[in-house]
Amino acid sequence: MSALVFVLGIPLLGGLALAFYGHRLWARDVNVGFSLGTFLAACFLTNHTIDHGPELLWDQQFYIDQLNVFLVTLTAFVSLTTAIFSRPYMRVEQDHGKMTPPRMRLYHSMYQLFSFTMLLGFTTNNLGIIWVAMEAATLTTVLLVSVYRTSASLEAAWKYFILCGVGIAQALFGTILLYMAADKVLGAEHATLLWTSLNDVKGQLDPTIITLAFVFLLIGYGTKVGLVPLHSWLPDAHAEGPTPVSAVLSGLLLNVAMYAVLRCKVLTDGALGTQMAGQLMMGFGLLSVTVAAFFLSRQKDVKRMFSYSSIEHMGLITFAFGMGSPLANFAGLLHMTVHSLVKSAIFFTVGHATQKAGTQVMSEIRGLIKVNPTVGWGLMLGVMAILGMPPFGVFASEFLILTTAMREQPWAAPFLFLALGIAFASILARVLPMVFGDTTLKPLAHPPALLPVFLHLVLALVLGLYIPPYLNGWYVQAAALLGG
Amino acid sequence: MSTLAPQLINLFATLILLLSFSMISQRRIVSLINLFAIQGAALVAASFLLGYVTHQPDLYVSGVLTLVLKVIFIPWMLHRLIRKLNVRWDVETLFNVPTTMLVGIGLVIFSFSLALPISRLSQSIAGGSLGIALACVLLSFMMMITRSKAVPQVIGFLSMENGLIFAATTVTNGMPMIVEFGIALDVLVGVLILGVFMFQIREKFDSLDIHNLETLKDDSA
Repeated sequence: MSALVFVLGIPLLGGLALAFYGHRLWARDVNVGFSLGTFLAACFLTNHTIDHGPELLWDQQFYIDQLNVFLVTLTAFVSLTTAIFSRPYMRVEQDHGKMTPPRMRLYHSMYQLFSFTMLLGFTTNNLGIIWVAMEAATLTTVLLVSVYRTSASLEAAWKYFILCGVGIAQALFGTILLYMAADKVLGAEHATLLWTSLNDVKGQLDPTIITLAFVFLLIGYGTKVGLVPLHSWLPDAHAEGPTPVSAVLSGLLLNVAMYAVLRCKVLTDGALGTQMAGQLMMGFGLLSVTVAAFFLSRQKDVKRMFSYSSIEHMGLITFAFGMGSPLANFAGLLHMTVHSLVKSAIFFTVGHATQKAGTQVMSEIRGLIKVNPTVGWGLMLGVMAILGMPPFGVFASEFLILTTAMREQPWAAPFLFLALGIAFASILARVLPMVFGDTTLKPLAHPPALLPVFLHLVLALVLGLYIPPYLNGWYVQAAALLGG
Repeated sequence: MSTLAPQLINLFATLILLLSFSMISQRRIVSLINLFAIQGAALVAASFLLGYVTHQPDLYVSGVLTLVLKVIFIPWMLHRLIRKLNVRWDVETLFNVPTTMLVGIGLVIFSFSLALPISRLSQSIAGGSLGIALACVLLSFMMMITRSKAVPQVIGFLSMENGLIFAATTVTNGMPMIVEFGIALDVLVGVLILGVFMFQIREKFDSLDIHNLETLKDDSA
């Protein structure tokens, strides 16, 4: 029996169990337990895939290869650390009266179901099921964003639902067109949406249909990636939901959407034999990086600022995959990993900081390093990491992306440098007073869980200094699967 | 049969498009829900007919799914919802109907020109309906943009889903069964969540006007 049963089964079971018992005091520990189980199963699955190579499971409905198994492990890991972080965090929220027992039940249950939908999206071989999983992920996170039931969170959740619903409907249309192309090649009897089968015949897929299909798929899934100009749901949803939700939205959900785009790009490239898909992605990516950098500099709310930073980084990743050379794909995958780790670590520290200050307005958060040195240093180091300071991993991946861009797409390099420069200056100018200013705040009632923060940062640091050979080989294989 | 079937399917396709237009211009919420149910029924009829002509049992299943969900359950739920929310007889003031209609016609022409090169390639007998399906999706999209009340926005969302299912039915003789079920499940859960949201929005804002939901701006803090 494959470890995949447990990778998918544990969070699904967790979601059902916590729907009944999620309000109990011990539910937060059980939540961590389920996430831990999922992570261990993901490790076994990864180990198996490294030894035995890609495999098709259960009537070809599931497909595990080097590309998605690495994202599965990353997702399971960040879900676990976020669950650990959310234990004391949500307890404080309960003390503040923002969470009630029924809301805790909803929160825990949806947290596990959200993990399930993301893992389903990564592991399924059926492009239709990827769509279903993305939509289901939207539904669970809509409930998570609105869990405080304030007018701001309701507004954010409604916008999130409507905008992503519209966006993802375009992706469904793209999927239908893809199915039509498959129908033409394989015949009505054997028509299929299985990615592996489509990949085998990608050279024969009709270019006219595939071109239109990819445009719809990119717009649809791009809405969920947060590509400009389809990004307007993202800052609201990130800023108004509970902080653990911001962390997983930013660190993980955007990756799932990116992954869906990548799978479609491989088929499109194979069918067209041109750079059309890559050029579209570079265009959207570059637009996202630059626009997000400018918006970022105008923010006053700390969670909004970092959600614009997520748009910026997803734009950079889209641009890297758009370039499509093996080195660019490698850099894109590395950047996906380090961005997930570092951005969720930042949200963890920001969560504690905003809880302490009782506000998300940056000008009212001061002197974190005096109230709680570990939170202060955690935020400072996290920000250094996300801004691409050596020796953190983001430096390595950004360096690779920028040098590749200078060589392959020199026209784009100045825009990238300008955007990264603006982001650097504006984030640093906001965060320094937050960390080092004067303050009168008191420490929190429950000690914050800072283990996840430093665990993530250490991993990002290690990836910046030295990528172990097996991990390196794994990235290279995954990058090769993306073609180029 | 061989000449009648494509004509009948084209008839249903036109009916679905016509219903999309009438939804755009419909001011009463009650009538809007009824129009949505009729559109679902036309979709079901098209699925059954295509299933009969092409001997594909999958299309019957898909038709039954649409019947239960979009013709019976969701309209019933929406009727109950507007009764409970006491907005049953609400009349919405619409933004300049003739202009909206003209823009709608433009969208239809755009969809047809986009779908034409692809429709030619379709092997299905109803392949020509792709343009109509795309037009329905875009018209529903426009409806969601122009409406300011929560219920019509949700109906726009559902009607968009109708257009997509119609595309899948006519162009490819239906998606794989497991995908159809997944989509139906997502739609069902989505509608239930939106229903709950409407009560919460009403409680917070004393109205279902989406214009209240415009406080989150970048510099609002």
